Amino acid sequence: MKLERYAMSLVLLTVSALTLSACAANEMRQGPQRASALSGTLNGIGSSAQGPAQTTWIAGFQTAHAKVTINYDPQGSGAGRKSFLGGSADFAGSDAALSDTELASGSKTCAPGTGPIDLPNYISPIAIAYNVDGLKDLRLDAKTIAEIFTGALTSWNDPALARLNPGAQLPDAAIHVVHRSDDSGTTQNFSEYLKAAAPEVWDAAVSQTYPYQIGDAAKGTSGVADAVKNAKNTITYIDDSGASGLGKAQLKVGDEFVRISAEGAAEVVAASPTAAGRAENDLAIAIDRTTTAKNAWPLVLVSYFITCVQYQDPAKGVLAKAYAGYITGDKAQQDAATSAGSAPLSPALRAKVAAAVATIK
Amino acid sequence: MTTETAPARRTIRIGDRVFSGSTVVAGCLILLVLAAVAVFLILQSIPALVAKPGTLPNSAENFWVYVWPLVFGTIWAAAIALVIATPLSLGIALFISHYAPRRLAQTLGYLIDLLAAVPSVVFGLWGINALAPFVQPFYAWLTENFGWFPLFAPPASGTGRTILTVAIVLAVMILPIMTAICREVFLQTPRLHEEAALALGATRWEMIRIAVLPFARAGIVSAMMLGLGRALGETMAVAMVLSPAVVVNFFLLTSLNPNTIASNIALQFPEATGIGVNALIASGLMLFVVTLIVNSIARLIVRRRRAFSGAN
Repeated sequence: MKLERYAMSLVLLTVSALTLSACAANEMRQGPQRASALSGTLNGIGSSAQGPAQTTWIAGFQTAHAKVTINYDPQGSGAGRKSFLGGSADFAGSDAALSDTELASGSKTCAPGTGPIDLPNYISPIAIAYNVDGLKDLRLDAKTIAEIFTGALTSWNDPALARLNPGAQLPDAAIHVVHRSDDSGTTQNFSEYLKAAAPEVWDAAVSQTYPYQIGDAAKGTSGVADAVKNAKNTITYIDDSGASGLGKAQLKVGDEFVRISAEGAAEVVAASPTAAGRAENDLAIAIDRTTTAKNAWPLVLVSYFITCVQYQDPAKGVLAKAYAGYITGDKAQQDAATSAGSAPLSPALRAKVAAAVATIK
Repeated sequence: MTTETAPARRTIRIGDRVFSGSTVVAGCLILLVLAAVAVFLILQSIPALVAKPGTLPNSAENFWVYVWPLVFGTIWAAAIALVIATPLSLGIALFISHYAPRRLAQTLGYLIDLLAAVPSVVFGLWGINALAPFVQPFYAWLTENFGWFPLFAPPASGTGRTILTVAIVLAVMILPIMTAICREVFLQTPRLHEEAALALGATRWEMIRIAVLPFARAGIVSAMMLGLGRALGETMAVAMVLSPAVVVNFFLLTSLNPNTIASNIALQFPEATGIGVNALIASGLMLFVVTLIVNSIARLIVRRRRAFSGAN
């Protein structure tokens, strides 16, 4: 009797779980069901920064192609690249392009003798956000940022800050630095920027882990935002999409102070050269962190869609080509800007990516 | 005179068979699962244990250098939580069992049990958004006025997200289980002991001291150990609230706090690759060992006073 009841509830549980998951899978596909020749499943793993954008793209793509299922698991960039190279993911999302050693090892997903390529698909400006009463439009240059974030500059009314901010109300208070406690592409790009723009102060190597033992650490973009919102006299670096409600510093680029903007970030990426010594159509970008272009925002994160030039399974190739083309297209990029706060790829870069996508088999 | 004895025939019923069989299976299964986890942890840990210098995260020289601050942080945070939670849970349990009017006691009991149902993510959010900003001014005041006391050494954290805040959150999380056990144990005190104490002229507090507490000692210890076990393994709330660094110190109020093993795994696993993953799994093995030791100690203490314990 008792046993039956347990069995019954177990059955119920299983059935409801199945039903629910079925719902989840179908949810995305409602809407106009145009006839589409594409079908199959494409599995991606990778960067959590891309996660919200991928959700938007998957919804859009599956609406257009009812028989296609795209899965994206935001386990992290490293996990994504590893799974893709090991053959357990069809594509990877990564905040860093494949390294030379990773390129040399090749991917089991790709056809023998062909390699993977990196296509930029997600650009996010990184803001320097702060919470100081009465302080608007804080102005910083790379050297000062490096000094603050290495712990060399500890007071809001330090002469160095006063010189950059004539007339501003700088409080006589300690600067509380907040940084990420988890490994992240944001930290990596932030340290890459400072390493390039203020190498004499930022002496640590570029890494996903915050290298200095100073200040507060908080988990994820939302954790960092909460920590800064809840405490006065704090400063942090954060994906621009997570910085709403906080003060955002202006950055000295060349001789001018620049406000953060999606266009400025996209321009920097478009104007930067692709990394040298890589395969044809591999668009790994060596971001020009020391650009002096007008309105440029060089503190930017570029995330990549890592795919094969030629898939071992031709059906996957067709799907990957269609999906890559979709997510780097104008509409998908605008959608991501709305939903995830990213910076849309500039038309020039979109054209380059489209040319590379066309070669995917 | 003959006595008719019923023939001693053993009847075997199917229910008996099935039931004893299923308990054996359940017992073996838990051992198998435990063994499987241990084997997995050990196998995956080996590359980190024998790693060459310079390959481990945090540029640690070897695995023990890497894991030591984490082990320390885990035990330290759980110990502070226990220091906060033990007197509280004893007080609540005594109030429910011996002081409160019956109806109030029942309601209070329900409320405490309700705390156990709150997910740890919610506790984490509470810690970040409510507790940390609330306690930060106290921390600043403490470091200013009592900074000479080693635990309160300055500088105070600007956000209040310190190991003491984490310990308070953990204390709230382990209160329900500790209170529930203590309450049950207190209620089992023999009525005669209590009445004898009262008859001898003891006040209520004296009665509790000479009759209830000695009887319940083993139960209290096992409640503490269960609470400690939960605090050691808590992941999400710590990961969200704590501001971690790679340090070993006893300062309660600064921004640089030793991280706990579970929280470190949660923070670093998503982006970990290669030997980093092995190092995290090996630190998990260390947590496994620490928890095992804690549980064994609890068992030992409880067994020593088995006759009185209400918890076994």
